[in-house]
This record gives sequence, structure tokens and C-alpha cells, in this order.
Amino acid sequence: MADMMKRVPVAEQEPKVRAKNFEEVCLGYTEKEAMEEAVRCLNCRNPKCVVGCPVSIQINEFIHEVKEGNFEKAAEVIARSSALPAVCGRVCPQETQCEGVCIRGIKGEPVAIGKLERFVADWAREHGFQAAQAGAPNGKKVAVIGAGPAGLTCAGDLAKLGYDVTIFEAFHEPGGVLQYGIPEFRLPKTKVVGPEIENVKKLGVKILTNVFVGRSITVDELLNEEGFDAVFLGTGAGLPKFMNIPGESANGVFSANEFLTRNNLMKAYLPESDTPMRAGKKVVVVGGGNVAMDAARTALRLGAEVHVVYRRSEEELPARKEEVHHAKEEGIIFDLLQNPIEILVDENDWVTGVKIVKMELGEPDASGRRRPIEIPNSEYVMDCDTVIMSLGTSPNPLISSTTKGLDTDRRGCIIAKEENGETTKTAVYAGGDAVTGAATVILAMGAGKAAAKGIHEFLSKK
Amino acid sequence: MYKITRVEHLVDKDWLMDVEAPYVARKAEPGQFMIAKLGELGERIPLTIADYDREKGTITIVFQVIGASTEKFSHLKVGDYFTDIVGPLGRPSELVEMTKEELEKENIIFIAGGVGAAPVYPQVKWLHERGIEADVILGARNKDLLIMEEDLRKVAKNVYVTTDDGSYGDKGVVTDVLKRLVNEEGKKYTRCIAIGPVIMMKFAALTTKELGIPTIVSMNPIMIDGTGMCGACRLVVGDQVKFACVDGPEFDGHLVDFNLAMKRQLTYKTEEGQALLELLEAEKSHGGCGNCN
Repeated sequence: MADMMKRVPVAEQEPKVRAKNFEEVCLGYTEKEAMEEAVRCLNCRNPKCVVGCPVSIQINEFIHEVKEGNFEKAAEVIARSSALPAVCGRVCPQETQCEGVCIRGIKGEPVAIGKLERFVADWAREHGFQAAQAGAPNGKKVAVIGAGPAGLTCAGDLAKLGYDVTIFEAFHEPGGVLQYGIPEFRLPKTKVVGPEIENVKKLGVKILTNVFVGRSITVDELLNEEGFDAVFLGTGAGLPKFMNIPGESANGVFSANEFLTRNNLMKAYLPESDTPMRAGKKVVVVGGGNVAMDAARTALRLGAEVHVVYRRSEEELPARKEEVHHAKEEGIIFDLLQNPIEILVDENDWVTGVKIVKMELGEPDASGRRRPIEIPNSEYVMDCDTVIMSLGTSPNPLISSTTKGLDTDRRGCIIAKEENGETTKTAVYAGGDAVTGAATVILAMGAGKAAAKGIHEFLSKK
Repeated sequence: MYKITRVEHLVDKDWLMDVEAPYVARKAEPGQFMIAKLGELGERIPLTIADYDREKGTITIVFQVIGASTEKFSHLKVGDYFTDIVGPLGRPSELVEMTKEELEKENIIFIAGGVGAAPVYPQVKWLHERGIEADVILGARNKDLLIMEEDLRKVAKNVYVTTDDGSYGDKGVVTDVLKRLVNEEGKKYTRCIAIGPVIMMKFAALTTKELGIPTIVSMNPIMIDGTGMCGACRLVVGDQVKFACVDGPEFDGHLVDFNLAMKRQLTYKTEEGQALLELLEAEKSHGGCGNCN
């Protein structure tokens, strides 16, 4: 009998091997392993995991089906709540959501809900099983701006209710951050993201790529001239932040967005790709979030020695524990409690190093985390030829500046009600990073879901 | 897929094409640009919109072969397709925002260098359609590299041609012509719009600063998405960092840090050179040593 306190381990590529390729790190459960892990679920009468899930998947129910070997039924249960289960099973921060409140976790390890979700989604895809169905057409048209997690979820939910949905995407590929941001080794594009988007299309959702709403067409035109009854804005938070330190415009300084977009969306890591990429020999990644981990692990796979420089300590790293763990295993060096103050350049403005000051933690600040304070006279220079700035992103102001009556807050985020996505403009709804600032895939999906409900209520009354 | 309906080899490495791109055509304004991509694994290349036909839903693009991707573009024929085209991108020219009265008070001089004639043309044409005539200085290294002269003559008040080697028009650079027009011929310009190679825009801006003429330049740095996401196109303008794709592409020429812009253009020079070499030499290529371009 297996130890019920411990989860069934999942196969992973060896760190030394995967540090040199872009294949997926985690290999996922087999049918047998999944059924074995499902047995650990206590099927609580009052399942806390469901409440912990931003899209309220009936987790106990789908795990019960897995335990019984009814994988199709399990997929149907998940499809009632999530349009992108293969994605969520891979990139959700389960440890702070469903798994974080799992009763099993009190004494032992929580049930591996994420790995089980991933297993079910992969099984359904590999067996050509389409879990969700489109609703009977109701003759109403909704435009969704942005084919990222929020937009895809909102579109999928509306299609299931019978709406005629068109997604407008500025990039040449749908997927948003799933496509340009999260690397292949965490979220395979052809194997996972593509089919997941195809599933949304199979519900009748149309996706128009290469349409940059705000420039190619405006929200007001969609409503007044193109006959859409409502618009959902899932435009994300795309604008990269920089530190505003000397030398930041030098050659060899990239935003994490640029570095990852070249590699993920434009496939610069493949020799056949026309898009150039420069990882350099020694890379400094500034920041400690999931995006910083993605950039660091990408640079490593391109052959560089990689240092993550973060101004707080390991405890405050905003990245998921699993990502930090994987990064360390692969050989990423963490230089914590350190902060760059200047980027040094040669006579042609190429990066030669970073001047770094050491930090210590003081009293907690507004965010509740202990404030980092510079240690006087602790500056030193770290040689490097590439610097990747991963300091977060903010929403693109284009949509709000080209849409009459759409209000934003001080940070440029669209003002929208959490429960239904309603903005300050009639018939316009919003959700995801465009509203919250940079957050997670699953929170964006939750917002897309809430907005679909909000739009449905609004249009049902009309 | 975006169908190509006209291909014209202008001169040397400069090509002109008409492409069906209705979303771009119906909204494009002078000063804006677009991005084209060829093939699944193609590169996103920012290009000038030289003209647009709202009814037909077509745009006219002009590009110069400078790397592997533009080399591939130059082999496209009528009836072929671009895989992706997105636009219009960037902010329209300031002129578009001005009223007719405001425009009538202006006396505008355009400076077009080399392939920069392409983005200058829609602006001069736009003014002409509103009854406002502007002067244009058209410069190139030699006669064989001059483009769009005839088009510009149809919509401009005066076109002053100059070539570095004197093979056509005046001998010299565009700033020589500007100085002559202002200092010797007594022209009083209220605004200069200079578009061309960065080095030309730098010297044009230095000259107009001396002459006291407010100047707009159009920057075309390296970029990926063209929508504000990558930050690759950042420029220093005055004491601020700006993104050419969303804050520009047009900026105050007296505030742009041209030296920095020129250095940033070299970021992928070696990689681009190698890719072009590989494409031209096919299997004979040794991959490029990186020092020969």
C-alpha cells in the first residue's frame, strides 16, 4: 500500500538533460498513476478546493471520475468550468489555490490536483474527445478583444450560451501570454496551446488575427457600425517596465517581454526561424517573478550562464515555488538581496556588466513584504553581456485612449466590476490583466468567466 | 493571407508592392506604418505605408532589401501572399490632427532621403488633397537610387533633387539644399519633416536647429510586435524613454538621441548579416564569420 500522506510522484526530464532542450520539463501522469493519485482524494462533502479555484471547477467530482477510470466523464466535469484545462493544469499556482486548501495537505501532501487536471485534459485531447458543445444560436453578436486566457474563456463561455462570438487578436497567433510569454518547456505550443484554442473554435468562436483594436478598428466602431451587441476587453498588460537606471538603453538590455516573445512566439530558438536572438554568454535577469524564471530558464537553454538578481530574499520571490525549484535544479544562480543601480557599457554601447548594490530587509511596506534597504558601500560589479529586465508590465493605454467613456485608474488599468466585468461604458466589459495589472492565467480566466456571465445577463435583459 | 496585387522594382534594392489588407487600408493615415511577415517562421518586419486605397482595400508598401527577410520579400510576385499584415501602427502625423486654418498658416519643407521618400509621399499627397502645397528636398547617393520623384512632383509645390555624387540634380547633401533655400533664396519655413536614414535625420535636425525650424523626424528602429509590448524600439527623446511603435514613429527631431538610435540598430547586425548570407549562398554558405558585413 502506497503512503497516503505522499502524492504519486510525476516523471520529469532530468535537469541536466532539459537544461539543453526546449522539450517539456514535466512529463505528466500515466493512467495508472492518475488513478492511484485520485484515490488520495477524500471527496470532502464541503470541498474547499472548489472554492479555491478561480473558475470553480468541481474538483472532487472530476477526481472521483478519474479514480473510477471514467476519463471522458472527468473531462466533461472540467469542461463545464474551464476552456483551457491542459493549460491550467500546467501553469496555475495550485499551491496557493485548490491544493493550498486541500484537507490532505494538513497532515501530508495535498492531492496533486493540477497534475490530475493536466492528465484529464491531455487524455481527452489524445483521444480526440470534445467535451464542450456550442449552445443553440441566439442571434446576438459579441466581440472579444484579445485571444489570451481571459478572452478565450469569455468567448468559450458565451459560445456555449449560443452567442455569435468573434475574437480580435493583434498578433498573428492567438493565445496571448500562452503564446508569447510562457515558454515551450512549460507549455508546449503545438501540442497543448494550439489544440486548446482549436477546442474554443469548435464551439463556433471566430478568431481574427492581425487586427489591432484601437488602430485597425475601434471599440465604438465595433458597437456602432459592425453590429456587435457587447464587447469584452481582454487586452492584457503588455507594456514592459524598466528601472530607469543609467545604461538601460544599451545594446544587450532586453525587456523580458522582448526576450520571451522572440523565443516563444517567433520561435527564435529554432534554426529555421528568421527572427534573430541574442542570449549572450552571461545573462543577468532582474526580477523574481514567474516571468523572470521563464526568461532565465530560456537564456540557460540557449547556452548562457544565468544569474537572477532580486532585491528581496528567497522567501519573497513572487515566482511559484515549483518554478524556482526547477530553475535551481537546472543551474540558475540566484543572487538575492541585491539590486542593480547601473548598467555598464563599452565604447559602442554594448553591455559589459551591472553595478549592483546589496540589500537588507527592513520593516514591512504597503505590500506587507519587508522593505529592501540598500547596504551602504556594498556596491560591486558583475560582468555580463546581457541584461533582461523582468519588473512587471502594465496595460496598454491604446484601448482606453481610443474608447469614449471607458475609465481607467491611476495605474492605467481599466475600471471593471469584479463580479461581472462591467466597465464605465455601456455594453463594454473587461477582465484579466487589463483590469488587474499583471497577474496569472487562471485569474484572467476567472475574470473572463465572470464577464461572460455579466454580458449574458446584460444581453438577456435587452 | 494578404494578396499582392502589384510589384514594382523601383531601383537597386528598393521595391514597391500593393497588397490587399482591408483593415490597414481603411484606417491608415500619413505617418503610420505596418508590419509584414512571410511564412510561419518568418520575421515581423515594420514597413512604411507609402499609400492606401480605402475603396479597394489595398495598401502600397515600399521596402529596401537589408536582411534575409526583406530579401525574401523581394522575390514575391503578383498573386503571391504575405502570411501576415497588421496595422496601421503608430500615431498618425501631427499634420492629420491640425485644422485647415492651422495648416494654411504653415509653410512646410519635407526632406526625404533614399527610401525615406516613401513615407514622405503620403504626407505631401494628403496636404495636396487639402489644397496645401509643400516643398520637398529629395536626396539620394546617386541618380540610380532616387525613388518616387515623379509621384512627389505631382503633389508638391517644388521638388529639389540632390545627389551625393552630382549624377542628377544638385551635387551634395540635403542639408546643403535646405541652407541654400533658407539663406540664399529667402524661404521661410515654419516646419520641417525629415525622413530617411538616421544619420541624415540627425544632420537635418542639426541644420534646422541652427535655422530655427521646428522639425519632425520618423524613426524606424528594431521592433517585434509594433504594439508597445517588446520595448525593443525604445529611444531617448529629450530626457525620456519613448517607444517608437506607440509614442511615435514621429518625434521632435531636436530632442531625439540619434547617436543612441544608430547604435541600437546594430543589435542584430551580425545575426542579420549571417542570415542574409546563408540565404544568398544557400548550401555553399559557411554561416558567416560575423566580421564581414
